[in-house]
Amino acid sequence: MSQIKCKNLTLGYGSQEILSGLSFEVNRGDYLCIVGSNGSGKTTLMKTVLGLTKPLGGSIEFSDGLSASGIGYLPQQTDVQRDFPASVYEIVISGCLGRGGFHPFYTKADKALAAQAMERMDIKGLKNSCYRELSGGQQQRVLLARALCATRDILLLDEPVAGLDPKVTADMYALIDSLNKNDGVTVIMISHDVDKALRYASHILHIGTDIFFGTRAEYEVFKANRNGG
Amino acid sequence: MTDIFTTLASYLERSFVQNAIIVGVLIALCSSLLGVTLVLKRYSFIGDGLSHVAFGAMAIAAVIGLTDDMPLTLAITVVCAVLLLRMGKNAKIKGDAAIAVISVGSLAIGYLLMNLFSTSSNISGDVCSTLFGSTSILTLSSFDVWMCVILSVIVVLFFVLFYNRIFSVTFDENFAKATGQRAGLYNLLIAIVIAVIIVVSMQLVGSLLISALVIFPALSAMRVFKSFKSVTICSAIISVICALTGLLISILAGTPVGSTIVGVDIVVFIIFLIIGKITGGKKA
Repeated sequence: MSQIKCKNLTLGYGSQEILSGLSFEVNRGDYLCIVGSNGSGKTTLMKTVLGLTKPLGGSIEFSDGLSASGIGYLPQQTDVQRDFPASVYEIVISGCLGRGGFHPFYTKADKALAAQAMERMDIKGLKNSCYRELSGGQQQRVLLARALCATRDILLLDEPVAGLDPKVTADMYALIDSLNKNDGVTVIMISHDVDKALRYASHILHIGTDIFFGTRAEYEVFKANRNGG
Repeated sequence: MTDIFTTLASYLERSFVQNAIIVGVLIALCSSLLGVTLVLKRYSFIGDGLSHVAFGAMAIAAVIGLTDDMPLTLAITVVCAVLLLRMGKNAKIKGDAAIAVISVGSLAIGYLLMNLFSTSSNISGDVCSTLFGSTSILTLSSFDVWMCVILSVIVVLFFVLFYNRIFSVTFDENFAKATGQRAGLYNLLIAIVIAVIIVVSMQLVGSLLISALVIFPALSAMRVFKSFKSVTICSAIISVICALTGLLISILAGTPVGSTIVGVDIVVFIIFLIIGKITGGKKA
C-alpha cells in the first residue's frame, strides 16, 4: 500500500516553474532515490512533500497511517547549525516535539525514544558532546537520530553524505540501508551519486529535462537507452 | 573603602534605589533569556530595529499627551515585531533592509514629532534620556515597578514553558515544520515576547542601548559553554550580575545607568572571549 502518492505535481517558487508533470508513489519499505542534476528541483520536491513549500499544481496524498507531520527529515546543514551551541542529547530529543499534544517538558517516553535512537545510531558515547565540535559524519548521525525520534515510518534525506570522506560515506550508506532493510523504515533520499543510488535503492526517480520513475532494474534500461540513442 | 560601603548602604535604604535594583535585575534576566535565540537565529538586528520603533512610539504617546506611554508603546512595538518577522520571509524588501527602513524611519519621525509638538522646555534632554535611559530608572513610580514585575513574570513563564520548542525552532526551523511542530506560531510568540522585553528594558538603558543588553550576555556565554541549556543559564547569570554591578557603579560614581551597564557587559564579553580562546585552544 502506498504511503505517499504524488499526482501530476508542478513545482516551483512563486510564479517560476521548475518542474511539471511529476507523478510517483512510495510504498512502505521502499528505498527511493531522487537523482538529477543541480537545480533540477530535487530539494524543492522534498520540501514540497514535507509541506514546507506549496506545490504549484497537482496533489500529494498520504495514506497507510502516514500524515504530513509523520515524516522524519534529514535536511542539509545550515550555517546556523554549524556554529550552534547544543549538546547531542538536546538535538536528538528535540525530534520528539512533533509527536502531538502540548507537553512543556519531555516525557519519560520521549527520553526513552531519544536514548534508543542514539543507541541505534551508535552515538550514545557522544550524548553530552557539543554538536559543533563533532565530525561531519557524527553530525549526520545526530540529525538522523533526531529524525528517528520524530518517526519510525519514513525518512527523507537530503544529500546525507555531502561533504563526507569516502570511508564515512560508505558507513553512512550502510547505516541508511540497514534502517531500510532491518527496521523497515521507508527511505527517500536525494543523491548526487547515481552509482551509489543504484546500489542500494529499490526505486529511482530521475528528474530534469526527462522524468523517469520506476524500479532500479527499469532505470538501468532507461539509462542504457538514453545513452545508446 | 569603608566609605564606599557606608555610602552604598545609605543608598540601598532608599526605596527608589531598591526599585531600580528590582527592575534592573528583572529586565536583565528577561532580555538575556531570548538573547541566545536572537543571536543564533541571526535576528540580532531585529532587537535594534524594534527599540527604535519603541522610541518613535514613545514620541507619539508624548505628543498625544498620554500620561503613561507604556501601553501604546507596547502595542506599536508588538505590531512592528510581527510585521518584521513576516517581512523577513517573503517580501520584496529583504529582512535586513526592512529592519533598516523601519528603525531609521521611526527614529526620524519620533525625533521630528518630539521637536514639533513637545511642550517641554528641554527637548534635547528628553530625547537624550529616551535614547540612553539616563536617570529614568531612578525615578520609577510604583506602577512602573509592578508593570515590570508582571511583564517579567510573563516572559519568564513563556520561556520556561516553551523552552524546548524555542530550542527546536532556533536550531532547525524546517525540521520543526516538517515534523508537525507549529514553528510559525512559536516564531510569532518569540517576536511578541522580544517586543515586550524591549519596551520594558527601555526604562533601564534607553532605546539605543537595548540591543547590547540582549546580545552581549548571549555572546559571552556562547564563547565558553557548549550546550543550549548551559549557554542560556550562563547568559542569564552574566546579564543579572552585569546589570547589578553597572547599577551600583552608576549610583556610586554618578555615571549614566544604561551606558555603565553596557560597559560592564563589554568587559565581561572580553573576559569570556579570552577564556573561550584559552579553553578552546586546549581542546584542539
